Amino acid sequence: MRAAAPSGPLPPPVARRLGALGWARAHLFSGWASGLATLGVIAGVAWLAPDVLRYLVFDAVWRAPDGAACRAPGAGACWAFIAEKTPFFVYGSYPADQRWRVDLTIAIGAALVFRSLWRGAPRKGLAALLLLVVYPPVAFALLYGAPVAGLPVVPTSLWGGVFVSLLVAAVGIVFSLPLGVLLALGRRSRLPVVRMLSVGFIEFVRGVPLISVLFMANVMLPLFVPEAWSPDRLLRPLVGVALFASAYMAEVVRAGLQALPRGQGEAAQALGLSWWSAQRHVVLPQALTLVIPGIVNTFIGLFKDTTLVAAVGALDFLRAVDVARQDPAWSGPTIALTGYVFAGLFYFVACFAMSRYSLAVERDLSRARAR
Amino acid sequence: MTAHAPPAVSIRGVHKWFGAFHALRGVDLDVAKGEKIVIAGPSGSGKSTLIRCINRLERHEQGRIVVDGVELDDDVKRVEAIRRDVGMVFQQFNLFPHLTVLENCMLAPVWARKLPKTRAEEIARRYLERVRIPEQADKYPAQLSGGQQQRVAIARALCMAPKVMLFDEPTSALDPEMVKEVLDTMAELARDGMTMIVVTHEMGFARQVADRVVFMDEGQVVEVAPPEDFFSNPRHQRTRLFLAQILR
Repeated sequence: MRAAAPSGPLPPPVARRLGALGWARAHLFSGWASGLATLGVIAGVAWLAPDVLRYLVFDAVWRAPDGAACRAPGAGACWAFIAEKTPFFVYGSYPADQRWRVDLTIAIGAALVFRSLWRGAPRKGLAALLLLVVYPPVAFALLYGAPVAGLPVVPTSLWGGVFVSLLVAAVGIVFSLPLGVLLALGRRSRLPVVRMLSVGFIEFVRGVPLISVLFMANVMLPLFVPEAWSPDRLLRPLVGVALFASAYMAEVVRAGLQALPRGQGEAAQALGLSWWSAQRHVVLPQALTLVIPGIVNTFIGLFKDTTLVAAVGALDFLRAVDVARQDPAWSGPTIALTGYVFAGLFYFVACFAMSRYSLAVERDLSRARAR
Repeated sequence: MTAHAPPAVSIRGVHKWFGAFHALRGVDLDVAKGEKIVIAGPSGSGKSTLIRCINRLERHEQGRIVVDGVELDDDVKRVEAIRRDVGMVFQQFNLFPHLTVLENCMLAPVWARKLPKTRAEEIARRYLERVRIPEQADKYPAQLSGGQQQRVAIARALCMAPKVMLFDEPTSALDPEMVKEVLDTMAELARDGMTMIVVTHEMGFARQVADRVVFMDEGQVVEVAPPEDFFSNPRHQRTRLFLAQILR
């Protein structure tokens, strides 16, 4: 093939609709390298798919009273184990007769999250306000208990499973964004003390692994406060995760602040807006929009990092799977594998949903700008 | 010129450095209420820096600047109060792209002047009418032409009912066919008695509108004269050179 001379005639326009055959020709077999890669991938899938399908579907054990059927030779994935342990995966050791409280908390939270994220819904602000201000104390009363309202206390040592994972992620997300914004603004502040504190915090937290932040939160927080208020064992990793995520969030937000043309801040100043007003109405709305992919990326990382709270004794979903597979009635190699496949699917679905949502928001925003 | 009324802007012995670069070298200038000043000069002569000092987008390091009887210093509240009374129009428009034209105009009256929204909207619509783009109120800045954007920027500044308007090369980023609509808007504003300080290369505008033309070079005011004297009878060699270059 020859490269077309820049001054040569324009190539004929490519027809938009070529049909399935045309599409395959254009995208899968556009050259010998691309054709070879396509064939290689098809061969790989053809080679793997039957085994994977046989293991996960055709040979799988769907219903069984215990692990015996799953230990039989030739048995595939043990979905019966997942079905049997689902309550434990979701609630941990939360007392069975109180689990409606967790359901109710998750249902209210999901409704509010859905309402405030639903693109184009009216009064999203109100839903967000309910979610951030009214919901947390209500959720706490429901989950932990409020003897006044007739809800017996359920100590956090009994909490576990998906609901703890969601709790850690939600607290991390809710606190990391505002904290991260403040830290990013602090890092660009003209006040030396504010700037030094912000830089110091961000660099320190980013310089250590989350697991050591969690250990520090676990061991050091009780040292700083009187013993009577010694923070709860679940609260400590919550604080650790929120602080850790806020340092990363701060750097993402700072990228947005720096990408904004200087004239925007100057125009706001020239109009006589105070510094806080200028940040709130002019700078942050634009800077945060610019870095939505980075923000969601941080959320996704945070969600997966919630699995590390297990290291300081909290029973998150992954740890619950790990505990469940040690049940003697359900021990067996395919059972453990099924548990981990299930956990992987769970995290993938959650993170993929976040990523798709952020893409849709970006598309909405770019459409709004291009009008 | 009203010699006894206190000046709208008074600049005395102002110096400004950017690192080692001495951008303003002892500038003195008084601007009377209702006066129209055009500042001309080669690029890098400190024109923009000077008017950016008047609303403290740049901080002067020596000398005094008094705006409407209030001296500019490090007191943030005082600076914000002065900025509310001094409108500025930028070369790059600097409209807020995430807000509609109407919201651009309402933002500062609502959040800096604390006016109720209905009142701010009334004012915004009035000024959009005045710069002749009321029908664009609900569009976003990116949907407008450069000339329209700059007229929105003028309306946005006027919504704060400023006592002084600063223009920092308002037509330099515009396509030639849009320069006139912006200059016409500015001339109209001048006729209504606004105090204006305009940095521009549009010498036709200076001739038509200015009470005095200020020529700056290398951070100093070289010559101040009414436009008829400035263009027909410049006293300084540097002024003559500059005029010879731009008036071909």
